[in-house]
Amino acid sequence: MIETLKLEKTFGYKLALKNTTLTIEPGQIVALAGPNGAGKSTLLRILATLARPTRGRAAVNGIEIPQGAMQARASIGYVGHQTLLYDELSVAENLRYYARLYALDNADARILQVAKQVGIEKRLSDTARTLSRGYQQRVALARALLHRPKVYLYDEPWTGLDQSSSHLLSAIFAEARQAGAAVLFSSHEFERSLAAADRALIMRNGKIIYDGLRAEWRDASGFAQVYTTELARAQEHTQNEKRAASGSKRKI
Amino acid sequence: MPFFRQLYAILAKELQVEWRTKETLSAMLVFALLVLVIFNFAFDLQGVDIRVFGPGVLWVAFSFSGIIGLGRSFASERDRSSLDGMLLAPVDRGAIFLGKAFANFLFILAMEIVTLPLFVILFNVPMQWFPLVGFILMGTAGFAAVGTLLSAIAASTRMRDVMLPVLLFPVLIPLLVASVKLTQGALQELPFSDYQGWFNLLLAYDVIFLVIAFLTFEFVVEE
Repeated sequence: MIETLKLEKTFGYKLALKNTTLTIEPGQIVALAGPNGAGKSTLLRILATLARPTRGRAAVNGIEIPQGAMQARASIGYVGHQTLLYDELSVAENLRYYARLYALDNADARILQVAKQVGIEKRLSDTARTLSRGYQQRVALARALLHRPKVYLYDEPWTGLDQSSSHLLSAIFAEARQAGAAVLFSSHEFERSLAAADRALIMRNGKIIYDGLRAEWRDASGFAQVYTTELARAQEHTQNEKRAASGSKRKI
Repeated sequence: MPFFRQLYAILAKELQVEWRTKETLSAMLVFALLVLVIFNFAFDLQGVDIRVFGPGVLWVAFSFSGIIGLGRSFASERDRSSLDGMLLAPVDRGAIFLGKAFANFLFILAMEIVTLPLFVILFNVPMQWFPLVGFILMGTAGFAAVGTLLSAIAASTRMRDVMLPVLLFPVLIPLLVASVKLTQGALQELPFSDYQGWFNLLLAYDVIFLVIAFLTFEFVVEE
């Protein structure tokens, strides 16, 4: 459902994504963890067709991107750092606008359905500007659900959501799994995010340094241990490489 | 046809947002009014044939005010990242361009509808509406098409406010010259054959730049 092969992305001289190879099967929910600047958002943006890879291959729902980006977009539901809402429009108007962009039939019925799913059915006539950040995030989630995507790409989806709203994402992910969709999300909050995940990846400096199923880490505290160990190991490896490189330079 | 449904969705959204805020239109109108008033007081127009001098003033007011609206067109989308919302959807980039360009055309036209009578009153111009309105529509169409493309380019730069006029005005020179000449011809009631060359130039400019902008827009908005 999501496949990448030796994917790389550079911004000027900075290599933001290095040699990333990854396969996510239908119905699989995958968490993406890592420190700031690890390349999580870059990977998600490439898969969402918002950025082009510098090298390597990627396919979403069996469609190669960026070549087949136009077809792939119909099957991608992306939630990023921004809510992508128009402050001046009401929640319903925002969702209707996106429903039209996705050329959905029976848009109003679908809008009501997703609004109920994320708990904003009573706020449909409210202007987006008047909503709290948490409610705006719910509308962003509704926007990404409208077209029944096959691939969910969520970048820090818990942003703005309070503890009591966390179940929303768990329910969305559970439904995605049932529908055979693939989910890849990034998060810094292990406690809330890992409850829903089947598999977790850790990224550092643009590389995937860990890829493990739930059986390996069991729960959030288990993953926190893995996270600390793997990051320390990666850091040590980088330092050894630097030492070796400076040693060989001195010899020359 | 999803293309036209999506184009309509983008156009409707642009009009709806502008209707709620009235930011672009009010800024354009105030600026156009100021340009007309300043020119009216700055120059001694006694003994000057206003039908020759006036079209230049009119198109300065149209283009300077129009650029304010064009600048907002993509800058506001970039500011709130809502452009990503459009780019994420399976929408032909041509539909995004046409939706935006048509909305810009309508905003500039609305400004011109208010500015033109003010120009007639302030400069006491004998008006020949029939060919003039057609020429203004043609000039505005080319202005909106080129302006929309360059606004998208400028919005992705750090100095977006400065960049748009710097990029746009050199490209607009043929359009502005042709529009001024056509307006002069219409106000002076010259036979059409006297300024047909300028008409042909403006028509060719509109067609060429509309096609170029439509075809290249994808490469401008996508990374």
